[in-house]
Amino acid sequence: MLSLTDVVAGYGPLQVLRGVTLDVQQGEIVCLLGGNAAGKSTMLKTVLGLLRPSAGSVALEGERIDRLATEDIVRRGIALVPESRRIFARMTVWENLAMGAYSRRSASPGEIDHDLERVYGLFPRLKERVSQHAGTMSGGEQQMLAIGRALMARPRLMLLDEPSMGLAPVLVEQVFDIIQAINRQGTTILVVEQNAAVALAVAHRGYVLQDGHIVMHGAAAQLLDADDIRRAYLGED
Amino acid sequence: MDALGILPQQLVFGLALGAIYGLIALGYTMVYGILLMINFAHGELFMIGAYVGWGVLIWLINANFGGLHPAWVVPLMLLMAMSVSGILGMSLERFAYRPLYTRGATRLGPLISAVGASIFLQNAVMLTQGARMKVYMTGLLFPRSWYIQVAGVRISALVLVMVGVALLLMWLLNLLVQRTTLGRCMRAVAEDREVAAVMGVNVRRIIAITFLLGSALGGAAGVLVGLYYTQIDFFMGYSAGLKAFTAAVLGGIGNLKGAMLGGIVLGLIESLAVTFLNPAYRDVVAFVVLILVLVFRPTGLLGETVPQANKV
Amino acid sequence: MQAERRRIVLGLALAVTAFGLPLVAPNDYVIGVAARICLYATLALGLNVVVGFAGLLDIGYVAFFGIGSYLYAFLASPHFGLHLPFLLALPLVVLGTALFGILIGAPTLRLGGDYLAIVTLGFGEITYLLLLNLDRPVNITNGPSGIIDIDPPRLFGHAMTGNTSYYYLFLVVLGLALIAANRLQHSRIGWAWQAIREDELAARAMGINTTVAKLQAFAIGASFAGFAGALLASWQRSVFPENFLFTESINVLAMVIIGGMGSLAGVILGAVVIVALPEVFRELQAYRLLVFGLMLMVLMIFRPQGILVPRSRAAPAARDAAEAKQPG
Repeated sequence: MLSLTDVVAGYGPLQVLRGVTLDVQQGEIVCLLGGNAAGKSTMLKTVLGLLRPSAGSVALEGERIDRLATEDIVRRGIALVPESRRIFARMTVWENLAMGAYSRRSASPGEIDHDLERVYGLFPRLKERVSQHAGTMSGGEQQMLAIGRALMARPRLMLLDEPSMGLAPVLVEQVFDIIQAINRQGTTILVVEQNAAVALAVAHRGYVLQDGHIVMHGAAAQLLDADDIRRAYLGED
Repeated sequence: MDALGILPQQLVFGLALGAIYGLIALGYTMVYGILLMINFAHGELFMIGAYVGWGVLIWLINANFGGLHPAWVVPLMLLMAMSVSGILGMSLERFAYRPLYTRGATRLGPLISAVGASIFLQNAVMLTQGARMKVYMTGLLFPRSWYIQVAGVRISALVLVMVGVALLLMWLLNLLVQRTTLGRCMRAVAEDREVAAVMGVNVRRIIAITFLLGSALGGAAGVLVGLYYTQIDFFMGYSAGLKAFTAAVLGGIGNLKGAMLGGIVLGLIESLAVTFLNPAYRDVVAFVVLILVLVFRPTGLLGETVPQANKV
Repeated sequence: MQAERRRIVLGLALAVTAFGLPLVAPNDYVIGVAARICLYATLALGLNVVVGFAGLLDIGYVAFFGIGSYLYAFLASPHFGLHLPFLLALPLVVLGTALFGILIGAPTLRLGGDYLAIVTLGFGEITYLLLLNLDRPVNITNGPSGIIDIDPPRLFGHAMTGNTSYYYLFLVVLGLALIAANRLQHSRIGWAWQAIREDELAARAMGINTTVAKLQAFAIGASFAGFAGALLASWQRSVFPENFLFTESINVLAMVIIGGMGSLAGVILGAVVIVALPEVFRELQAYRLLVFGLMLMVLMIFRPQGILVPRSRAAPAARDAAEAKQPG
């Protein structure tokens, strides 16, 4: 569904990605691992059009998207759950979710309501707090909201940027359970993570990014095994 | 001078003035909220609105329409002024500011450009309209006999219309921002531009609309000021702009309700100060308020965070 | 080495030309213009410290100019009956103006640059109003009538008269100001200012006390303006509030920006342009501000570094990279 080919991207003279090739097939959960400053968030930004690659290409279902504006890319069915949640703190839960559905302006109110119910079904806590300002919620609740907001776009591909960051282990498990549930309902997932163990537990395949290159890739089970050797290395980066 | 005697009257003036400041302040605060930039030229957009209103009125008078009733003349003046100011503000953003902040230029860049725009507009008007002031023939629209008496204070119909229009526009803006999808997009972009883009929002369009609306409100304020004070000149944007900015800071910059509140509070403070102190220092009052706010409560009355790092 | 030698030769040639000017000038008026250029160049060098070195946008700079002028008028005229000698009044004026700089800077410099710009704008406006209105209840500034009959400088027992002597005085002062500005630029505080100008957060992270550094820039800038103000007052022998309108602030800012913020040679070029050009294009005087406003906008888009780029200015690309968010 999504494929990056030899992507080189970065900020000015600082080229963070130095020739990255990876792909995500429809229906999969793929995880991208790597330590700090490896280029994971940069890759997501490049996919979303927030950064323009200086070389290489990004394609969504065969169509090149690396030259498109962000809003056009997003409208093709990609949604993001940003790093550190980044929900709109000054808006209510409902307003955040409504913003999530913005790219689907052609949808009827009925469809939007249906999606809202779906989100409430996955996250009953959100329904309780519908009129609450998002900034007053806990980290875990905000993560739920961020995921729910992304779901409102009815994306074909959902990108998650370090969803485990700053959450207690119990919540991390919950979040990844939900990621699996969403995937089973038909959404392709690409999750970027530092926490290799939990990501590989739910993913089908994984890539490891280091110094701007893909240094390992394969089925999640394989990586987990090899990970025994690399866990310390990955963990301490 | 019986200061206390004229106090109620001054308070009414203060409220009227405050409503005007609030309208202009909204323009500043909207642009600041979305770009973290002070549009120095905003005062000039207010001034140009005043000139447009004047032009419309003069044209109507000269065209000898006979019955000039404020009920349709004022909305027409407002409409024209708001359109011109709004479009001008949008053009300013598009051609003078956008090339700068998309490039990530130093913070000084947009600021200097705005100062340049301000000077340019001031002088453009001076050169085309003359350096002498223009007069609004408000008397033709609002006969002096139209007033109401409340608790011993005479409130003319003009003041009522002025405050009414200002409050109406503020209310409409608030409605737009709080209840519509567009308003939500504006708030989203103001809060986190990148994430808003990822939601599919056309950020450039939202910024343009913000400038359009903010500048239009400034233009409307220009017409109201022209009607009330009857004298306008090409320099009026300078001091009005400064005071409106003070109002925005007072209320909490970036906060719409704050701008409205700050405007009214500043208007009242100024009126009170002028009543009890030397009227020549009228403009000093606003500046003193600004300093006091920045020193003791930089977040303003309703503000949350103090903007430091630049987002532009 | 070649470039260095060329620069020295060029500098010497300019200095010789400058000193020889009154000999070749067609009339006294031209010498007067040249004197004005030197005076305003000194003033602009002061603003350059604030805007060009430290990156603080001060658009009310004329306030310090006016304060300096009036302080000198207080100390050396019949107004208060004080007639302090030139060399004594001067340091007092500079000190006084610097104090004002600290006073207005202290509460506001810690806030964002946009706020500083507005506040300085207001301060310029307020200073003008105060100069205009502080003639009652107590007559401090003599209001719109200004202060006249200010003592001229008395050097070597003689009162200075004639544009030529003032020209040489201002030229010498300009030379001193240039040396001072150059030394500042390459001193520790100069590097601190540059760091602050490029990225204040990073500068703070490096351990620079940005508040103190900014305050110093402000105070030093005010000192230059106070100095220039005193010179103006002693030359014109009178001061009026009208001398210190907002447009003057813009003129001085123009001088700094045209030449390229931070570049000393550029500032002088700017002074020449701003002072001399209106003399040449007298009929187009009315359009001057219009063109200037337009020019500011255009300059920011196409050539933000000004006409003469200072050598120490880092490439924008490197700065962009430093400002970029931490890659994930």
